[in-house]
Amino acid sequence: MALAETSPVAPVQKPQGYWAGVGARLVRDPLTMICLGVVLLLILSAVFAPYLGLPDPYKGSMIARLKPLGTPGHILGTDEQGRDMFARLIYGGRLTLFIGLSPVVLAFFIGGVLGIVAGYVGGFVNTVIMRTVDVFFAFPSVLLAIAISGALGAGIVNSLVSLTIVFIPPIARVAEAVTSGVRALDYIDAARATGASALTVIRVHVIGNVLSPIFVYATSLTSVCMILAAGLSFLGIGVRPPEPEWGLMLNTLRSAIYVNPWLSALPGVMIFVTSLCLNLLSDGLRSAMNVRD
Amino acid sequence: MLSYLIRRLILVLPVAFGVSVICFLLVQIAPGDPLTAIMPIDATAEEQAAMRAAYGLDKPLPIQYAVWIGNLVQGDMGKSIASGRPVATEVFGAVKNSLLLAASAAVIAFPIGVFLGFLAGYFQESWVDRCVTALSITGVSVPNYWLGIVLVIIFSVNLGWLPSMGAGPGGSGAWEWDWLHVRHLVLPAVTLAVVPIGIVSRTVRALSGDILTQDFVQALYAKGMSRVDVLRHVARNAAATALSVMGLQLGYLLGGSILIETVFNWPGSGFLLSNAIFQRDLPLLQGTILVLALFFVAMNLIVDVVQAAIDPRIQRT
Amino acid sequence: MSVTDVIPAADPGGPAQPLITVSGLRKYFPVRGGILGRTQAQVQAVDGVSFAVAEGETLGIVGESGCGKSTTAKLLIGLTERDAGEIVFDGEALGERLSLKDLRRGVQMVFQDSYATLNPRMTIEASVAFGAHVQGLDDPEGRARRLMDRVGLDPARFAHRYPHELSGGQRQRVNIARALAMSPRVVVLDEAVSALDKSVEAQVLNLLSDLRAEFGLTYIFISHDLNVVRYISDRILVMYLGEVVEIAPVDSIWEEQAHPYTRSLFSAMPSMDPDNRTEKPPLAGDPPNPINPPSGCRFHTRCRFASAVCKAAVPKLAGLDRNAAHMVACHLYDPASGHPDAGQGGLA
Repeated sequence: MALAETSPVAPVQKPQGYWAGVGARLVRDPLTMICLGVVLLLILSAVFAPYLGLPDPYKGSMIARLKPLGTPGHILGTDEQGRDMFARLIYGGRLTLFIGLSPVVLAFFIGGVLGIVAGYVGGFVNTVIMRTVDVFFAFPSVLLAIAISGALGAGIVNSLVSLTIVFIPPIARVAEAVTSGVRALDYIDAARATGASALTVIRVHVIGNVLSPIFVYATSLTSVCMILAAGLSFLGIGVRPPEPEWGLMLNTLRSAIYVNPWLSALPGVMIFVTSLCLNLLSDGLRSAMNVRD
Repeated sequence: MLSYLIRRLILVLPVAFGVSVICFLLVQIAPGDPLTAIMPIDATAEEQAAMRAAYGLDKPLPIQYAVWIGNLVQGDMGKSIASGRPVATEVFGAVKNSLLLAASAAVIAFPIGVFLGFLAGYFQESWVDRCVTALSITGVSVPNYWLGIVLVIIFSVNLGWLPSMGAGPGGSGAWEWDWLHVRHLVLPAVTLAVVPIGIVSRTVRALSGDILTQDFVQALYAKGMSRVDVLRHVARNAAATALSVMGLQLGYLLGGSILIETVFNWPGSGFLLSNAIFQRDLPLLQGTILVLALFFVAMNLIVDVVQAAIDPRIQRT
Repeated sequence: MSVTDVIPAADPGGPAQPLITVSGLRKYFPVRGGILGRTQAQVQAVDGVSFAVAEGETLGIVGESGCGKSTTAKLLIGLTERDAGEIVFDGEALGERLSLKDLRRGVQMVFQDSYATLNPRMTIEASVAFGAHVQGLDDPEGRARRLMDRVGLDPARFAHRYPHELSGGQRQRVNIARALAMSPRVVVLDEAVSALDKSVEAQVLNLLSDLRAEFGLTYIFISHDLNVVRYISDRILVMYLGEVVEIAPVDSIWEEQAHPYTRSLFSAMPSMDPDNRTEKPPLAGDPPNPINPPSGCRFHTRCRFASAVCKAAVPKLAGLDRNAAHMVACHLYDPASGHPDAGQGGLA
C-alpha cells in the first residue's frame, strides 16, 4: 500500500491550534492590549528602577518634607520624610508587585495540583482534599490573610506565606470542579482504554483541557491579591518601613492628609491602576480563551 | 426540607471544627513564647514554669486544644492580655459595631447593585450596559481602604461635611440613631459598599442577561404575556442565585471591614483585631477571628437554606 | 509495510475456544443520599450477564436505553470496575494472568459520541497515535497515518486537524483508526454509528465490515437499531434491565423472537411494508426502575404472558428444544417451570 507520508502536504487551509487562536484574538482586543502594556510598563520600570536615573528613594530631607506636586526636582512632590515621591512610587512597584503577584503564581501551582488530583482520583482523596479546602473557605479572604499575617508578624516572607495560603483553596476548588467535569468526558475513557496510567492520562489529556479555565481564574485573583498585599502593608503587618511599598506609603502618608491631601492619595492611585488593569487583562484573557464562568 | 436542613446542619459541624483548629493553631504559629507578653522580664525559671503550668502550656497540643474548646463551649474565650477583660466581652461589643457597619453597607449596596445589574442585563450590549460594566469592574478593582481615604479628603478635609473618625461624637461611646451618630456612619458605609455594588451588579447582569435569552422567555412572550409579567418570571428565576451572592457578600462585608474600620477608626471587630495584632494580644486575636469566621459559616448556612427554599431546582430531600 | 502486519498472530487459546468469555458479570451503582450520604439504594445496571464470543464473530447487543448495554461494554474493557463476574480473554482471566493493560491492548472500544471521545486540544494524528505510544508500539505516528489512510481519511489533509474541524462521520473514522492503532483482536462498538446520518452510517458500517475481514477482528456491536445490528452481527444478545433475556444466531432470532420482550422490541421496529405495520404500541409504559427491579422475571410487569411463576422465580437462560443455539430466559419454554402456558412451543 502506498504510504501517505510521501504524498505532498497541501492542506486547504492551515488548521489553527488553540493557542494561536488565543493569541490572534488577544491582539485584536485593544483594551486588553493597553492593560497588558500598562502592567508590563509597571513591572519593567520596577525591575529597572535603579537604571532610570531616579533620586534615592530612601534619602529624605528635613527641610523638603511634603512638597506639593510639581515641585521642581520632585515632579510628584515629597513624602513625610522629604523623600522623592516619584522615585518611591516607581521603586514601590518592586515589592508591591512581587508580593501582589507571586502568591497567585504559587497558589496556581499548589492549588492546581491539589484540585486536579482531587478531581481526577475522586473518592477518599477527593474528600480529604476538598473538605480541608472547605474549612479555609469558611474564612473571608481578607480575614484569613490578616489572621495569618497578624499571627506570624510583619515581613515580606510572612506576607507571601499568608497570601499563598489564602489563594490555594479557591484555585483548588476551581481546578477540582473543572477536572471532575473533564474526567467524566468520553475522551478520558477512551484514553484510559488504551491502558495508559493515570499519570499519563492526566499529563496528556487532562492538563491541556483544564489549564485554561484554572489559569484564567487565577489571573482573576491577581487584582484581589494585589489589593490584599498592599492592604497588609497598609495595616502594618506586611512590608516594614522604610521600604517603599504602595500600601505602606499610603499608611505613613495618612498623617499628611490635612497638609497635602492629594499627595497622600498617590500610592493608592498606583494600587488602583494596577488592579484595574489586572482585572481587565483577566477579562480579556477569559474571552480570548473562550472560558465561560 | 427538614431533612435537608438537618443534613446541612450536620455538614457544618466538621467545618466549624476545622475553623476552630485553624484559630487554635494561629496562636501556635505565632513566633515567640506566649508567656513573654505576660511575665515580667526578670521572672525566674521556676516562676516561668509555674506560669506555664497554670496556663496549661506544658501539656501536649491536642490536650491544650481540648481544654481551649471546652472553655469555648462554656463561653470562655480567655482574657485579653492588653486590657485584662474577657475576650468574649470585647469581641461581642466590637462585632455589634461591625455588624451595624456591614448591614448599612449592604443596605446601600444591594439595591443599587441589583438595579444597575438588571439595567445592564436588560439592555445588553447597549451604552447602559457598557457604563454599568465599567462601573462594576472599577468597583471590584478599587482598593477600598484607599477609596476611604479619598472620600475623607473630599468630604471631611475639603468640604468639611462629614466626620472622618470614630462612631460618634467624642470618639466611641454608645450608638444612637440620631444624626450626630449617623453622620459618622456615612463615609465608612459608602466606602464599604463599593465592592459589593460591583460584584452584585456583575452577577445580576449575567443572570438576567442569561435568563432573558432563554427559550422559556420567548415562549412567555409568544403566549401573549405582558412585559411586566415576563420580568416577574425572570426575577423569580434570578432570585435564588442573586440572594446567595448577596448573602455571601454580607459575610464578606463583616470579615472585610477590617481595613475600612482602620481607616475610619470605627470601633468594630477589625479595629479590635488590628489593636490585638499590634499589642501581640493573641487570645484577643484568636477570639475575634473565631467569632468572625463562625459568623461567616453561619451566613453560608443561611444562604444555602434560603436558596434551597426558594429554588425548586435544588433537591431538598 | 502493509497495514495487515500491524496485527499480531498471538493465539494461545487456539481457535477452538471463545476469544472472550464473560460469566456472571455484575455491576451495581450505589445511590447515595440521606443525612450521612450513605448508600441508600443500588442501581442494578448489569446483573449476572454471561456470554461468549468466538474469534472472528460479531455479537450484537440490543435493548432499550438504560438496559445495561453500555455498562456491559465499559465493564468489558475495565473502564468500569466490575462488582462480580469473570472476564476471560483468549483463555486468560482478567485479574489473574491477564492485566488490565494487556486486556486493553487486546480489546478496544469505539464510543457513540464521536466528538466527546476526541480530545479537543489534540490533533487527529496525536489522538490516533496516543494508544500506540502508551503500549510502546514502534512508530506510533506512522501507524496512525497508515490507519487514517485505511479508514478513508487522507493523512496529508487530516493528520494535523483538530476534532472540531471534522464532520461526525470523519470523527467516527478517527475513533475507529484510534481503536485499531492498538492492534486489538476485539473491538467493542458502543452505539458507534447511532449518531450518524443514515448515508454516513451505511458507509461506516461497510468500512467496519471491511476492516473485520481484513484484520480478522471480533466485534461486540452494541446498538438500539435492530436493522444495523442485523446487518453486521452473527449473533444477537437481547438485554432487559441488566439481564440477558435472549441470545440467538441472527437468522434464528429474525425468524422467531422467543422472549416476549424480544418480540415487543422487534415489533417496535419501523417497517417499510405498509401491510406489516403495528397498530397498537408493542410495549406499555417505561421500563421499571433498575434501583428496585421487579422480582422473578424482570419483564413480568410488562409481559402479556405473565403468570404467578414469573413474579416468583427467575427464569434461567436455556437453549430451545428445537435449536440449542437459540437461548432464552423465559418460563414459557420450560415445561418444569409451572407456567400455565409452558411447553406449548412458544408464544401464541
